[in-house]
Amino acid sequence: MSDKVLMKGAEALAEGAIQAGCRYYFGYPITPQNETPEYMSRRLPEVGGRFVQAESEVASINMVYGAACAGVRVMTSSSSPGISLMQEGISYISGSNVPCVIMNAMRGGPGLGNIAPAQADYFQAVKGGGNGDYRRIVLAPSSIQEGVDLLVDAFELADKYRMVVMIIVDGLIAQMMEPVEFKTRIDVSTLKTPEWATVGRHGRDHANVITSLTLDAAGLEQWNLKLQAKYAQVERTESRIEEYQMDDADYAIIAYGTMARIAKTTVRIARAKGVKLGLLRPITVWPFPAKQIQTYVGKLKGTLTVELAYRQLFEDVRLALCDKMPLGWYGRGGGVVPGPQEILAAFEEQFGKGR
Amino acid sequence: MAEQMKVIYERPRSWADKVTHYCPGCTHGVAHRLIAELVDEMGLLDKTIGVWPVGCSVLGYEYFAFDSVEAAHGRAPAMATGIKVTNPDNFVFAYQGDGDIASIGMAEIVHAAARGWPITVIFINNGNYGMTGGQMAPTTLLGQKTTTSPLGRTSQTNGFPIRVAEMLAQLDGPAYIARVSLDSPANIRKAKSAMRKAFNAQVRGIGFSLVECLSTCPTNWKLTPVESMERVRKEVMPYFPLGEFKVALGVL
Repeated sequence: MSDKVLMKGAEALAEGAIQAGCRYYFGYPITPQNETPEYMSRRLPEVGGRFVQAESEVASINMVYGAACAGVRVMTSSSSPGISLMQEGISYISGSNVPCVIMNAMRGGPGLGNIAPAQADYFQAVKGGGNGDYRRIVLAPSSIQEGVDLLVDAFELADKYRMVVMIIVDGLIAQMMEPVEFKTRIDVSTLKTPEWATVGRHGRDHANVITSLTLDAAGLEQWNLKLQAKYAQVERTESRIEEYQMDDADYAIIAYGTMARIAKTTVRIARAKGVKLGLLRPITVWPFPAKQIQTYVGKLKGTLTVELAYRQLFEDVRLALCDKMPLGWYGRGGGVVPGPQEILAAFEEQFGKGR
Repeated sequence: MAEQMKVIYERPRSWADKVTHYCPGCTHGVAHRLIAELVDEMGLLDKTIGVWPVGCSVLGYEYFAFDSVEAAHGRAPAMATGIKVTNPDNFVFAYQGDGDIASIGMAEIVHAAARGWPITVIFINNGNYGMTGGQMAPTTLLGQKTTTSPLGRTSQTNGFPIRVAEMLAQLDGPAYIARVSLDSPANIRKAKSAMRKAFNAQVRGIGFSLVECLSTCPTNWKLTPVESMERVRKEVMPYFPLGEFKVALGVL
């Protein structure tokens, strides 16, 4: 018998976090992810966890910061404008070397924008947002099932590297329903409190201090170099990509998340018409799977980057491929989601009939 | 004679063996000392987590032997909430200045107080932003000259000073709210007594507690330490009266 259940994305991701060992959640209402805090508020107490509705996203992320300092699995979720408010805390958490998971159900922007699906927070997620030289691991599932599976990895990666791990989805994945199976259940009693956690000395022979402050410039440079070494290791070992119909491909669409999901249909339609089109789908957008994409240099006649944003993902594709092959781009903004035929038309416009 | 000697004053165990960076005549050191004494006397060293602010006391964690974290400006109550919720049996206090608590962090302190969870806030009110060089704070008195109110604070331009203790005492969440002064030995003894009640409000699980400490800033006030203490008594106390504004049942 299948253990699959039909769930809305925002709720399934909440349950996925709980199955991954998350016991503390701090959040503030914002569409299109309200079902995540709502679900957490009734479910976390059932598993011995705590839900707190904060007074703002600024407070949420700083509550997350506090809980992260205690070495527990903690998360928050929000949508674009709320994630903007969290950037200060994300920078502090990154600068302090403590782990947490953040889910962003991206919506149309800039400003208040709208609540429709968008990928316009790509730069904010993968390039920065807060102050200082820091990185986050950014995971971009294209289905609810993948999101649930990636949440387990998200908490593991956060703990392993003591980093912020961000899951970026959008209003489409957050609001649709799909069958989902929770394959991994982390027994939180097996999770050990890290030695660095500020949980009170309780006999420890020294005080633990967690801070992002180093007044001495040479000292702060050394701290930055440690962070950079960690980020370099993550770049070497943690980038992930799905290569779909790429074995004999002449062309590839490069897309992630919701856009990749739609682009898969484009690939199937193109293949039926005899066009050897494939899909390169970054699962981690930071670290960006540049090396995997670069293996197609010399094999492909061109790529079409497709996104719900204006040349944000495209910038990383250009950094990876430079002028090694023709680079096409197609995107829609403001919450408009192109269908598979529209993407195929963009492909044909830029690359001819692809034969 | 040696056999008659006894220790009547010593460095608290909770105090790290460090020299502070505070200016001469600043009362941060007094407030720190009271915290260390109380943590010792109440047996809290092993279960205490201090949450330090942005401001002059940003390095506060250097001076104590218990666990500490450093918060973003104004966010100490939110961070303390996150720490307390993960280990409710621990003792969690936030240490905040007037710009931190009454300006940039107003939302965080009000909601921490309204939630009423047992965390403790020690609030140092010295009427200006000390670390950044003496700018106007929400607690700067009318007429007081600062680097951003060079002709003196006026209500027309800058509004009125905020009485944090009285404001928070209007909420149902807090168990204990008091304002004390660190200007004299007698008032320091009273301050310690108020802090003990505030700590007890948390230890006994009664609720949120806050002690506002009228403090000095001789460097930016451009007064000697003695003149600064005098100013607290003559100018600050009339606007920020000392007293207990909220004492819930069971707080002692």
